[in-house]
Amino acid sequence: MKKAKGLLARFNTSYLIDNIVPIIFIGFTLAGFIVAKGLPINFFLSELTSRFYRNAFLVLSLLIPVVAGLGLNFGIVIGAMSGQLAILIVRYLSIDYLHLSGTWELILCFALALPIAAFVGFLTGRLFNKTRGQEMIASLIAGFFANGVYQFLLLFVVGVIIPVRATHPIIKPDGVGVRMTVDMGGLHYALDRIFRVPFMWAVLVVSLLVLALVVVMYLVRRKRGQQGSLVSFIIKVALLAGLACFSLYSIATNSRLMYVRQVPVVTVILIALLCVFNELIMKTKLGQDFRSVGQSQHIAAANGINVDRTRVIAVVISTVLAAWGQIAYVQDMGTLNVYGAHSQIGMFSVAALLVGGASVRKATVPQALIGTLLFHSMFIMSPEIGKAVFGNALLGEYFRTFMAYGVIGLALGIYAWNANRKSRITLDPEPVKEANS
Amino acid sequence: MSVKIAKKNNGVKRGLAASIIDKIGLPTLIIAAFFAAVMITAVVLKQSIPVLISDILRRFGMNGVLVLAMVPAIRSGTGPNFALPVGIICGLLAWTIGIEMGLTGIKLVLVVALMATVFAVIAGYLYGRLLNAVKGAEMAIATYTGFSIVGFMALVWLIAPFKSKQMGWMMGSGLRETIKLEGVGAAQIFNKFLSFEVLGITVPTGMLLIFFAFCLLIWLFFRTKTGIAITAGGNNPEFAAASGINIDRNRIIANIISTVLGALGIIIYSQSYGYFQLYSGPLMMAFPAVAGVLIGGATASKANVSHVIIGTFLFQGLLTASAPLANQLFEGSDLSEILRMVLQNGIILYALTQVKGGGK
Repeated sequence: MKKAKGLLARFNTSYLIDNIVPIIFIGFTLAGFIVAKGLPINFFLSELTSRFYRNAFLVLSLLIPVVAGLGLNFGIVIGAMSGQLAILIVRYLSIDYLHLSGTWELILCFALALPIAAFVGFLTGRLFNKTRGQEMIASLIAGFFANGVYQFLLLFVVGVIIPVRATHPIIKPDGVGVRMTVDMGGLHYALDRIFRVPFMWAVLVVSLLVLALVVVMYLVRRKRGQQGSLVSFIIKVALLAGLACFSLYSIATNSRLMYVRQVPVVTVILIALLCVFNELIMKTKLGQDFRSVGQSQHIAAANGINVDRTRVIAVVISTVLAAWGQIAYVQDMGTLNVYGAHSQIGMFSVAALLVGGASVRKATVPQALIGTLLFHSMFIMSPEIGKAVFGNALLGEYFRTFMAYGVIGLALGIYAWNANRKSRITLDPEPVKEANS
Repeated sequence: MSVKIAKKNNGVKRGLAASIIDKIGLPTLIIAAFFAAVMITAVVLKQSIPVLISDILRRFGMNGVLVLAMVPAIRSGTGPNFALPVGIICGLLAWTIGIEMGLTGIKLVLVVALMATVFAVIAGYLYGRLLNAVKGAEMAIATYTGFSIVGFMALVWLIAPFKSKQMGWMMGSGLRETIKLEGVGAAQIFNKFLSFEVLGITVPTGMLLIFFAFCLLIWLFFRTKTGIAITAGGNNPEFAAASGINIDRNRIIANIISTVLGALGIIIYSQSYGYFQLYSGPLMMAFPAVAGVLIGGATASKANVSHVIIGTFLFQGLLTASAPLANQLFEGSDLSEILRMVLQNGIILYALTQVKGGGK
């Protein structure tokens, strides 16, 4: 009874306003399926899962700065550039000197990206401490700035100041600068191909595992004498069992779903590890510091927390994770678009996180994962809808760009508006300052 | 913090150099020195100086009004108008409607300017209302407001029922990305007005006159009662509110003016260019304008018309002069574009570090 009341209370108008963005996206994707009838489900799922494997890591890298009160870190593009630098260095060395296998190249990339990203992350963090209250616009501009430095480095320093072999396949024919696109060679799918499982098999295994977990949790709770909701337990079990049966059926009949792209298990495990990391770090002293700094820098400082240092650490972690995320992204793509692959990462990742229902001050792992799925569903469906309804796929492409910008603008606006409204009611200046970032 | 420094500075007798830096501002001095160095290199490398100066004058006049649009916004306390694309879109929409109506020449430009002003007043009012609702986070929200409008208008350009052959694709619907003004007799229409040549330097008199006229208008406006009230509200909102100034209303007025300047600015910009760009063309146009006024010595909370004139001249001059130079040194490269990215965003970051209220 209590639960039902809670549910009802949650479904009032303010719940709708707070979750307007996810609701729009779910509606849009569903409408897309109704309108674009010709879209094969296996194509949709292949696209969606591929995009999820590529982007989830990057979206998850945004969480810690949000908790630490820095807002949405558009500066992850700087991390992405560090990752790409690491890839280029490793590719250069591997082709000429090291002759590594793809897996070792990948490991070396991850290792090399760590110090580069940590260093630039440290600088970005220092910058955010100097632009306190305006971190988001600063992170956006810092990304543009870093992009200029990155291009200067790769187009003019390489070959002029740093000597390189002019005939190297990643160097431009005239011996100065790195080419526009660089082939990943052995790095292509280096992470993905370690272990791959057909999609429906993966669904089967995961649903059975989760089913077992749910049952065990329920039994443990009952043994301890805690009251668990029987209804929700039965619904969960039924859903999971149904999913397992459905995947068994698909496997047995070799349905269209068997043609969905295979699951790169190691990539998925890395994403899962990052989720666990994000949850666990919040239970440590550092995580508690992030949280208290995020809530109020005044109170955190009064409690003896080194606020500036904590904020820098948050940015460093975010930047390093973004660098790794970008490496995972590029190895899946196969070719590195040296001067373009990073440029929209920040915007799309932030938009995805917000679509999951996150705000400037609050973001959780489920929001990041759900947001990635929803945002990229929209991304895939948009041109299809444009084609089906207006006979113009280009329209859909413009539409999804507009949605990405619009979602960010809307989320920032609603947050600041709410904070200002609250501060007007309580006459407390603090929320206004909090909204500044 | 700043009080402490001020006290310290008053106590110590400062040298001449320090006082000059204080007065002009370090970024302005650095860019000026850089500009001078580039000009000297251009002379040494035997670039055609009259052509270079003509180009600099042209770019200066082209960008001037867009940079001027920053002044009202900054003075009203909403920070640099990162939503400049809102005004620019108004100007572009007016262009497309004017050309669709079949007008040409000076008639076209005047009708377009009138329409653009009307659109911009409406858009600026709404935008001002938005900024009043999100006080404290204006800059980030302004940026994404601008981006969103540009994204939305891309849809409009694609499906709007325009028929004019000047603007459509050969086949299919929608407007082209780049629309030439030559065909409608509006290319360089202001540049050519009273234009003359001296020592091989072409002076785009009409455009410069219009720019300076706008500068004068804005300068005069901030000497009127409303203008002073806007500045007061931007400098110290609490004090201004206590003395009975309606800050919200003034912020809206300032942003209407800023948006109108953005709309008229793009008209002046595109007539000089000879064409205008739709779709993602206006997406990033706010940033060079913001950088321009900052280079002139403005901050995120203080700006004068003189900052606009100095900043636009230095920034656009530097970019114009460095382009052929970079091309001569590194053939076929985009070094000056990279220089623009680093300078423009570097100066904005510097200004952000100077924003007041950066306390914990």
